Amino acid sequence: MAIFEGIRTETEASVNLQNNIQLKFLDKPIKADTTTDIIYMMCPMHLLTIQQKMQELKVGQILAILTDYDGALEDIPEWCIKTGNGFLGILETADHYEFYVKKLKELQ
Amino acid sequence: MKEIYMDHVATNPVHPEVLDAMLPYFKEHFANPLSIYEPGIRAREAIENARANTAALINAKPKEIIFTSSGAETNNFALKGIAFANQNKGKHVIVSRIEHHSVLNSARFLEKQGFAVTYLPVDKHGIVDPAVVEKAITKETILVSIIHASPEIGTIEPTAEIAKITRQKGIISHTDAVASVGNILVDVQSLNVDLLTLAAHQFYGPKGAAALYLREGTRIVPLIYGGIQEGGRRAGTENVPAIVGMGKAAELAKRDLQKRINHVRPLRDKLISNALKIEKVFLTGHSEQRLPGHASFVVAYIEGEAMLLLLAGKGIYAASGSACSSKALKASPVLLSIGIPAHLAQGSVVFTLGEGTTEKDIEYFNEVFPQIISRLREISPYSKGWEGTGDQTCTAKK
Repeated sequence: MAIFEGIRTETEASVNLQNNIQLKFLDKPIKADTTTDIIYMMCPMHLLTIQQKMQELKVGQILAILTDYDGALEDIPEWCIKTGNGFLGILETADHYEFYVKKLKELQ
Repeated sequence: MKEIYMDHVATNPVHPEVLDAMLPYFKEHFANPLSIYEPGIRAREAIENARANTAALINAKPKEIIFTSSGAETNNFALKGIAFANQNKGKHVIVSRIEHHSVLNSARFLEKQGFAVTYLPVDKHGIVDPAVVEKAITKETILVSIIHASPEIGTIEPTAEIAKITRQKGIISHTDAVASVGNILVDVQSLNVDLLTLAAHQFYGPKGAAALYLREGTRIVPLIYGGIQEGGRRAGTENVPAIVGMGKAAELAKRDLQKRINHVRPLRDKLISNALKIEKVFLTGHSEQRLPGHASFVVAYIEGEAMLLLLAGKGIYAASGSACSSKALKASPVLLSIGIPAHLAQGSVVFTLGEGTTEKDIEYFNEVFPQIISRLREISPYSKGWEGTGDQTCTAKK
C-alpha cells in the first residue's frame, strides 16, 4: 500500500525562514494608508485579513496590521514573498506587533 | 447531475428521526426549562432524557455530560477551564501538533496567560507515541489533551495508553473526540480520560449541539457565567430542540454503530485501493488504525483545491483538509507534522463516507477521480517533477 513515508521534520515555515525570509524590525512606525487591528485573533485570521485588506488597497499603498499572534512573524513575510508584495518591516511594541506591507501588485 | 456527498467529516445531514424528535420543541414545547410550570418541566425532562442518551453513547453517567454549542466551544472550555482550575498545582499543558485549531489556539491563548505548552510531534502516520507523552510530563504538568481521531488524516490515537500514564501521575487528560464519536466505539471508561469533547452533527444530529464529558469529581472553571443551567458550569438558556436532537442522534448512533461501520468500511477500502493504483497518490494517516469511513490522500504535482473544483463539477463534494488552512493558502500543519513536504501537502484531498454513500457512488468516484488527476497533471507545471519548487527535501526529482 502506498503510504507516504515521512522524509523530514522541518516545517514549511522553518524551511522558508532559512531560505528566503528576512525579518526586518523597525525603530519607528511607518505611515500607513490603512490600519487593521486583529489583536487577540489567532491563526489563520492574520492571513485571511491580509488577503482581504490588500484587495481593498491600490497598488503602492501601505497596510499596517496590528497583531499579537507570534505565528505572524513567519507567516506575513512569507505571504508577501508568495504573493509578490512588499514586506516593509515589523515594529514591536509592549503588547503587539505592527506589520507593514506595501501592495506591489493586484492579487490573483 | 448526480450529487455525491463525500465530506461527512465536515458535517452530516440531520437524521429524519432526529428532526422528528426536535420539531415539537420548536413549537408546542417551547417553554424555558427553568420555568416552574408544567411546560417548563417538560422541556427540562426532555433535556435530562437527552443527557441520559448522550451519556449512554460514551458509557458515561448522565451527570457527567455538560451540553454546549459546538466542538470548538467545548475544546475551549476543556483547555481553559482545566488550566485555570488547576493553575495552583502547575502551569504546564501538553497537546499534540495535530490538534484541531480550537485546541491549538486555546493552548496558544494559555501561553499568553503565562502557561507553558508543549506541542508533541507525531510519527509518519500521525500517531502520538505514549512514551513521548510520558517524557514531556514535568512536575508542573496539569493537563494532557491529545485528539482521539484526526478528521484530516483519519488516524486513531492510542488514547487509552496515554490516559493510563496521565492517571498514574495524577494529571488530567482530555481528548477531542469530535471526529470519532458516532464513527467508532468510544467508551470513556476504557479510554480512561477525564474529559472528552463530542459534537452532535458528526453523528446525524443538529449543528449547534455538542457536549463535554467531565468525569465526576473533576473541577472546571466555567467559560460562560450567568444562570444555573448545566449545574452553573455553562450558563445560557438551553437550546432545547438542538439538545433533544443530540440525544436522539446519540440513541441512534448507539443502536446503529456497528451497522454504520459495516456499511462504510468496505466502501472506503474499495475507494482507497483504487485511488492507490494511480501513480504518485499516497494515503495519509494510518492504513488500519483509522476512522472507518475516512480516506485521505496527497496527490503529487497538482493542487487539492483544483481537484475539489473539478470533482464538484462532476457532482462529488469533498474536502482538501482543514478548512482554515485551505482558505488561508497555507499548507496543512497536520500534513507537515507527519513529514509531508509543503509542495506535496498542497495536493491534499479527504473523502469521508457516511450512511448515504452507496456502492454505485464509489464506482462513479473510482471512474471520475483518475480522469481528473490526469487532466490536472497534463496542465501542471510540475508534471515531470518538482523542479522550481525550491524544496531541498523533495525526493521526486532525484
